[in-house]
Amino acid sequence: MAVKDRVPVPELEPSVRKGNFLEVSQGYTFELAHQEAQRCLQCKVPTCVSGCPVGIDIPGFIKEIIKGNLKKSYEILKSYNYLPAICGRVCPQEVQCEGACVLNKIGKPINIGALERFVADFASQEGFEDEVGRLSFSEGISKELGNAPRKLTDLRSKKVAVVGSGPAGLTAASELGKLGVQVHVYEALHEFGGVLVYGIPEFRLPKEIVRREVLQLETLGVELIKNIPVGYAIHPKELLEKYDAVFIGVGAGTPKFMGIPGSELNGVYSANEFLTRVNLMKAYKFPEYDTPIKVGKRVVVVGGGNTAMDAARSALRLGAQVTVVYRRTEAEMPARRAEIHHAKEEGIEFLFLTNPVRYIGNETGKLVGVECIRMELGDPDESGRRRPVPVANSNFVIEADVVIEAIGTESNRFLLNQFPDLKTNKYGYIVTNEYGQTSIPKVFAGGDIVTGSATVILAMGAGKKAAEGIVKFLVY
Amino acid sequence: MSKIPKNTILSKQRLAKATYEFWIDNALVAENAKPGQFVIIRTSEKGERIPITIADTQENAFRIVVKAVGKSTIELCMKNAGEQLYDIVGPLGKPSEIDCYGDVLIIGGGVGIAAILPIAKALKNAGNKVRVILGAKTSTELILQDEFSFADKLVICTDDGSEGIKGTVVDGMMEEFNLENPNVIWSVGPAPMMKATSMIAAQYGIPIWVSLNAIMVDGTGMCGGCRVLIRKEENGVTKEEIKYVCVDGPEFDGRYVDWESFIRRLQQYKEEEQKALERFLEEVGDISWL
Ligand SMILES: Cc1cc2nc3c(=O)[nH]c(=O)nc-3n(C[C@H](O)[C@H](O)[C@H](O)COP(=O)(O)OP(=O)(O)OC[C@H]3O[C@@H](n4cnc5c(N)ncnc54)[C@H](O)[C@@H]3O)c2cc1C
Ligand SMILES: Cc1cc2nc3c(=O)[nH]c(=O)nc-3n(C[C@H](O)[C@H](O)[C@H](O)COP(=O)(O)OP(=O)(O)OC[C@H]3O[C@@H](n4cnc5c(N)ncnc54)[C@H](O)[C@@H]3O)c2cc1C
Ligand code: SF4
Ligand code: SF4
Ligand code: FES
Ligand SMILES: [Mg+2]
Repeated sequence: MAVKDRVPVPELEPSVRKGNFLEVSQGYTFELAHQEAQRCLQCKVPTCVSGCPVGIDIPGFIKEIIKGNLKKSYEILKSYNYLPAICGRVCPQEVQCEGACVLNKIGKPINIGALERFVADFASQEGFEDEVGRLSFSEGISKELGNAPRKLTDLRSKKVAVVGSGPAGLTAASELGKLGVQVHVYEALHEFGGVLVYGIPEFRLPKEIVRREVLQLETLGVELIKNIPVGYAIHPKELLEKYDAVFIGVGAGTPKFMGIPGSELNGVYSANEFLTRVNLMKAYKFPEYDTPIKVGKRVVVVGGGNTAMDAARSALRLGAQVTVVYRRTEAEMPARRAEIHHAKEEGIEFLFLTNPVRYIGNETGKLVGVECIRMELGDPDESGRRRPVPVANSNFVIEADVVIEAIGTESNRFLLNQFPDLKTNKYGYIVTNEYGQTSIPKVFAGGDIVTGSATVILAMGAGKKAAEGIVKFLVY
Repeated sequence: MSKIPKNTILSKQRLAKATYEFWIDNALVAENAKPGQFVIIRTSEKGERIPITIADTQENAFRIVVKAVGKSTIELCMKNAGEQLYDIVGPLGKPSEIDCYGDVLIIGGGVGIAAILPIAKALKNAGNKVRVILGAKTSTELILQDEFSFADKLVICTDDGSEGIKGTVVDGMMEEFNLENPNVIWSVGPAPMMKATSMIAAQYGIPIWVSLNAIMVDGTGMCGGCRVLIRKEENGVTKEEIKYVCVDGPEFDGRYVDWESFIRRLQQYKEEEQKALERFLEEVGDISWL
């Protein structure tokens, strides 16, 4: 009976949201969440859980929503996931928890992300967020310490440095902070949160939510120190001397460029630069805020991931007409489905099987056009996806004032240049064991700097696993 | 952590028109800075991130020299001793490659003079013969020349001839070349000056380090906005590479910099900068005293 339709999540109308950076998804009310929760079959063998990278007890937290016991529901979420308000909003649920829900066989899966977000937002409104946050230990660590309370006392005298305040670093810090470890988080930028504050826009993840999660860390006694470029203001040698263990969560960071002719023209941005100007520096409020940004009338965005969607939708909100060019087809786009859908609703144009080959500038070195070539899908590559190949003589030009390349990132050399002893793989990412331990025993790492660009929840999972590894390392 | 920077301005001094020296309380920068590195400063909660070279250090404090050219640098130059700066991050960038090269020619123009001071000192301490050329439009705009007394030779160039050679640093450079070619050159100043000196160095086949003042945002290699095109000929093949000034630089061999696109990229936000400046001047009034 209840299986049929998902309860829709209220959203701002496309015509309204196009002109501002307000959050698009308004989230469930209690009534709507309750209705959606009731659709859950409470499976004995919940397939959804296997789809969640941190294995949240999904039927468990949903059941408490049905019972109206939201505090308990939040406790369950928080014991698995340090950032439920964020993951509920940004996880690619369709390929994770929701993708694995049994209801897919007969209809639409439970909207697990929206329920998770609802519970987390409720916890914050009702003010029981901090209290629960302090008490929820991760399962692995609880097991580790279960029968040995003396070890807990030992841990309180230990000092750990966390480098980088993205989801990986924040999670590692929270796990260790709860145990009373003295944790110092060092962040190079002037705000904490990593991609959550500089990359993902306000209309998808309000910065207030990130700030809330960061504040919670302070209630755990974790010391957060911004504006510290580790490797430069603090040398790795000093870190190793002063701390009993170090966690590195510096992200993948460095944007790649296609390197086609004209990349140096004015008006050619990486998505990281465009989004950092908009999000971290609030260029959308220029001149009230000092950082400028160029948008112009026509913007071309290159790529098909979340970053491309975020750049495209930000440019649209700054008043541009936006075209996304992607070299494969819609089916291969790695972006969250919800964002592609939202982007289309907002009037963004998509050109699939299209790739830029050259940027065209005017005499003052300003971009005026993007020359593209049509592509077709050829034989499958190593990843099993059919490789796009250019169609000869199919070139055409799109007029544009700005082009934003969102074709991925690579290992950030910023810290690693200063840390030559740390073993990295051929792509420049840090090599670790399953507990995040690196080639230097007291140094652990996790998140994008280990896996390459991935997701918030995977970075968090890695932070948590590394915290377990650090606890083991510190007490034995 | 005990050394969390306070970023208080300890002292401020006017060196020339609209050019100020500051000593800032920040032990982390002071202890770790090496010649050639810079900091990024934000003057207010709504401020942009502006890079400024570290001109000297003392225990717990570092020195900068700032020329007021637009909204953010004017705002910075209007700060006084005792005030705190909103954010400072650093040191950033690769330090200069200090070594014993033999005969080194060091060229500084405008506020670039502050940037080359620590480099020149370090090169002198490394055992080099150090010849220094400083340039300014006119003698009252020349800064810090007294602090170069350690140099083996100091040449001053002013456009109007009010002090030293009448001409630019390029004229001074040619005169030094007539005496003896240096083994390596450092040249820091306005982009056109760095370009002109690099062209000459290229003709003579002498390496020349320039410190690129690219427009930056994060300064940590994360945005790519500071990128510069480096073009080298190797065995007749031209190789082009994109480098990030904040992490791969700020110093590059000026012979290989694509100056045309570099200088154009500095102009990217001219209209917005003008708008920000006008808006700010409306707020603070006349600043001709600065
Ligand atoms: C635009 C965009 C949209 C995205 N959308 C989604 C999405 O919808 N869903 C999803 O799951 N994932 C998304 N992702 C991916 C996700 O954000 C990342 O996988 C995740 O943030 C990685 O976390 P992290 O902790 O490893 O590193 P990051 O979030 O990159 O944080 C690293 C932090 O370390 C700091 N740092 C670096 N070097 C130093 C140093 N030397 N000293 C001190 N600090 C340093 C950096 O300044 C940064 O703050 C998106 C990514 C981008 C760029
Ligand atoms: C590595 C480095 C070291 C520097 N050292 C010094 C120094 O020691 N003393 C000093 O006075 N100046 C220094 N500069 C230049 C200084 O950063 C700029 O003058 C300043 O950012 C201008 O900001 P504004 O708002 O006052 O002027 P605006 O009117 O905004 O800009 C004036 C010009 O400055 C440049 N500029 C603007 N924004 C930035 C930015 N975010 N980053 C870099 N350049 C920008 C542009 O070319 C612009 O046309 C350095 C720059 C770099 C990259
Ligand atoms: S953390 Fe992400 S994958 Fe796991 S249940 Fe929540 S939304 Fe789904
Ligand atoms: S698989 Fe779907 S229906 Fe079953 S417990 Fe998980 S969310 Fe509920
Ligand atoms: S300033 Fe962003 S990469 Fe250099
Ligand atoms: Mg400015």
